[in-house]
Amino acid sequence: MYDVAIIGAGVTGCSIARELSRYNLKTILIEKDNDVANGTTKANSAIIHAGYDPVPGTLKAKLNVAGNAMFDKITEELDVPFKRVGTLVVAFCEEEMEEVRRLYEQGVDYNVPDIQVLDKEALLEMEPNLSDEVVGALYAPSGGIIGPWELAIALAENAVDNGVELKLNAEVKDIKKLDEGYEIVTASGNVKTKYVINAAGLYSDKIHNMVSTPTFEIIPTRGEYHLFDKSEGDKVSRVIFQAPSKISKGVVVLPTIHGNLLVGPNAEAIEDRQGIETTREALDFVAKQGSKSVKELNFGNVITSFAGLRSKTPENDFIIEESADAKNFINVAAIDSPGLSAAPAIAEYTVEILKELMGELEENKDFNPIRRPHINFIELSDEEKAELIKKDPRYGRVICRCESITEGEIVDIIHRSVGATTVDGIKRRARAGMGRCQGGFCAPRVMEIIARELNKDITEVVKDRNGSYILTGPTKEN
Amino acid sequence: MMLNYDIVVIGGGPAGLAAAIEAHKNGAENILVLERDRELGGILQQCIHNGFGLHVFKEELTGPEYAERFIQELKDMNIEYKLDTMVLDINEDKLITAINTTDGLIHIQAKAIVLAMGCRERTRGAIHIPGTRPAGVMTAGTAQRFVNMEGYMVGKKVVILGSGDIGLIMARRMTLEGAKVEAVVELMPYSGGLTRNIVQCLEDFNIPLLLSHTIINIEGRDRVEGVTIAKVDENRKPIPGTEKHFECDTVLLSVGLIPENELSKNVGIKINRITGGPDVNESMETSIEGIFACGNVVHVHDLVDWVTEESTRAGRNAARYVLGQLKSEDNIVEIKPGKGIRYIVPQTARLSNVEDKLLLYMRVDDIYENMKMVIKVDGKELRSIKKRHVAPGEMESVNILKKQLDEFEDIKEITVELVEEE
Repeated sequence: MYDVAIIGAGVTGCSIARELSRYNLKTILIEKDNDVANGTTKANSAIIHAGYDPVPGTLKAKLNVAGNAMFDKITEELDVPFKRVGTLVVAFCEEEMEEVRRLYEQGVDYNVPDIQVLDKEALLEMEPNLSDEVVGALYAPSGGIIGPWELAIALAENAVDNGVELKLNAEVKDIKKLDEGYEIVTASGNVKTKYVINAAGLYSDKIHNMVSTPTFEIIPTRGEYHLFDKSEGDKVSRVIFQAPSKISKGVVVLPTIHGNLLVGPNAEAIEDRQGIETTREALDFVAKQGSKSVKELNFGNVITSFAGLRSKTPENDFIIEESADAKNFINVAAIDSPGLSAAPAIAEYTVEILKELMGELEENKDFNPIRRPHINFIELSDEEKAELIKKDPRYGRVICRCESITEGEIVDIIHRSVGATTVDGIKRRARAGMGRCQGGFCAPRVMEIIARELNKDITEVVKDRNGSYILTGPTKEN
Repeated sequence: MMLNYDIVVIGGGPAGLAAAIEAHKNGAENILVLERDRELGGILQQCIHNGFGLHVFKEELTGPEYAERFIQELKDMNIEYKLDTMVLDINEDKLITAINTTDGLIHIQAKAIVLAMGCRERTRGAIHIPGTRPAGVMTAGTAQRFVNMEGYMVGKKVVILGSGDIGLIMARRMTLEGAKVEAVVELMPYSGGLTRNIVQCLEDFNIPLLLSHTIINIEGRDRVEGVTIAKVDENRKPIPGTEKHFECDTVLLSVGLIPENELSKNVGIKINRITGGPDVNESMETSIEGIFACGNVVHVHDLVDWVTEESTRAGRNAARYVLGQLKSEDNIVEIKPGKGIRYIVPQTARLSNVEDKLLLYMRVDDIYENMKMVIKVDGKELRSIKKRHVAPGEMESVNILKKQLDEFEDIKEITVELVEEE
C-alpha cells in the first residue's frame, strides 16, 4: 500500500512528487505515456510569468508570484536552464496603455518586484526591433524563460533519486474506493494507495469522475506556435506580450532558453483532448499577430510549428482541493497558464493540504535536493573538453551536428534514473534533433545508440509515444 | 594537441576529396581532410543508384563507385584524413578546433582552408505543413540513409512532397523495396529535378507527378495515417475544393537543400542571400583570404560531376595560394546575373588569376523555351549561346576564354542574361 499516488507526470505532478520526496512517504508517480512531461508540459510558451496578470482573489494570483520567486533556487538545485530576462506587455494605442497601467497597479498590489511602466522611447531602447507602432509597455524584470520539459524531467529524476517510484505506460482505467484508500487500475497493474493526487492535466476531470460525481469540466484549449532557427533568436531579448484588447489576448514573441525565437499561441477551445494538430488558419493568425509586435520576422526561418493543449475551465482558476465526495482524493486540476510559473508553489500548497489530512509528516533525512548536473559539452572550455574526452572518448563524437551534442551526453541521459527511451525523449533532454535539420542527420545515429544502450532492436525504437514507430522492418534480403 | 598543415579540407565528400587531390597534384604537401562521418565519400555513399560520372569519367557509376575512385586516389597520394572528426570552430587566423574520440580536442593551424561541408535538407518546419507531428515524416535523404546504408525500410505507403532529385530517386527506391508510392506532389508548375530522373524514376514506374499541388495537412497521431493535398494557384496558395486525400504511413520530403554554412558564418565569411553559400571569386576563395569553398556548401549542384569540377579549381587554387602564386591585389570584376538568371558563381573575378578560361555556373529563375544566353562585358555583348530549353532544375555553365577578356580594358562587370530568340 502506497501512502500517496500521484496521477500524471507533467510539471505539476513531477513538482508534487519532488516535494513529497522530502518526507518519509511511500509515493508513486503514475503516467499514461512512456515518458514524463509528455502532455501540456512539452508544448507551451515556456514562460515564468512575473504574476501581475491573474484576477484578484484567485489561487492563480496567490501562487504565481509565490512560484516565480522559487525558481532561482529550484533551477539551481536541479540544473535546469532558466533566465530572468524580464517580460514586457506592449501597448499599441492609448486604450491599451490604460490596460498596461491597470496591470501595473495590480502588480504593485501583488508585490511583483520592480515593475515599471515604460514610454515608447525607453521601450525601443530596450527592444529596438519592436514595431514603430508601439506606444509603451509594462516591464517586469522578474519574468523569465525556462525549459519546461527539462524542469519536469529534472523534478521527476530528483524525486526518483529521493525514493519516489515512477510508473510509466500506466494509463489509469478505473479507480476503486477501498475501505481505506483507493485501488487504481492501470494499464500495467493495480496500485493501492491511501491518498490520491489527481494531476492528470487534460484528463483530470475524467480521473475525478471515476470517484465522484462531476464537479468540473476541462475544456482543452489549443495554442499553436512557430519556432524559429537560432539565427532569429536575438530579435528580442525579453518576453514580448501584447496588451490584451477586447478583440484578442495577443500573441507572445520571446527568445527561448536555448536561443531560438518562439511566436505564439492562439487560443482555440476544442473537443479533442488529443487534438494537437496545427492548422493553416491558426498558424497564419499567429504569424500575423506576432509580426505586429516585431519588425521583419522572417518566417522562412521557422524550423518547426507545433500545438499544445491547455486545461481550461470557465472559472479560469486552478482547482487545488480535496474532492467534496472522495475523501483523501485531492484534485490539482485546471492548471493552465500560469501553471508552469506556479508549479513549485502549487506543489507546496498541495503538500500543505496533505499535511492537514495526514497530520505532520516525518522528514526524509536523506533528501538530496541537488541533481547531478548534465554535461553540456559545447559550453565547456577547450581544456575541459579535452579533459572530458580523455576520460570518456564518447564525448569526442558529435552525434547531433546542429546542436553539437555528443554521444557521451546521449548515453548519460539514457542511463539517468528518469532516462530517455525514445528519439523525442533524447531531443527533450539533450536537444539532439532540436536544431535546424530537425534530426535529419542524427536520427539514425540516435536510434542506434538507444537500441544499443537499452538492448533493443532498432526497429523497436519509437519517435515519441508508443506506436510512433519509425522503421517498418529490414529491407528485402537479396 | 596542436597540429600544422598547409591545407585543411573540411568535409570528405566529393567536394573535399577532389579539392584535396587537386591541391596535391598542384604541388601542395601536408594536406589534411577532416570528415565527420565514419567513412569518406559523404552523401555519395548512400546514393547506390547509377548515373554518376558521365561527364568526369564518361561512364555511368553508382555513388559509392564514384566516391571510391577518389578515395583510392587520395590514399595512393598518402593524403592524411581523420574520420569521425567534427570541426567545432574555425577562426580568421585559420586555426581550426576539432574533436574526435581518439585525438580528443585538437587545434590545427592551416595556411589555407577549403570548406566542403555540403548541404542539408529543408525540413517540414521550413515549409510549414500543418497537421499532426507523427513519426513517418522524414526527409528523402534521411530515408535514403535508412534504406541504403542501415538496411531498414521506413514505410509501406508513401507520398513524396517535392520533386527534387533525391525525392525522385527515393520514389523508385521505395518502390523497388516493395512500398507503394502513391504520388510525388510538387508545389511548382515544373519539377526541380533532372528530366532523366523524372523519366527513369517516376514514369517507368507509373508514379504520378502532381505539379502545382501541395500537402495541406498531415494526419495521424503517433504514425502518419494520411495526407490531404490540394492544387495551388499561380501564387502557390491552395485552391479550395481541389482537396484530395491519400491514405499513407509515410511522407518523404524533397523540398530543397540548404548549404551548410554554420562554420562559415561563425568566422564571418560573407554569405550570398540567394545561393545560401559563401560569395567566391575566380579561385573559389571566400571573402576571407586563404579560405576557399567548393561543392554544395557554395551552391547546390544537381550533378556530382560539376561538384568535382568546381572542387578541383578550389583545390588547385588553394595550392597556388599556399605556394604564393595567387595574386590578392587586383582589379575586381563583378559577375552579375541579368534578366532570367537567379545567380552566378563565382560572384567576382580577379582576371590576373584566371588561367585560360573563366567558368561560370548559374541557374535560371523559371522554365524558358527558345532563348539565347547573352554574355556582356561592361554592357557590350561578348557572345551569345542558343538555349532551346532551360529550367531551374538544371544548372547551366558558360565558359569565357581569357584571351577574349584580354581584348577589353579595365573590366568592371560581366553579366549573363536570357533574351528571347527572334
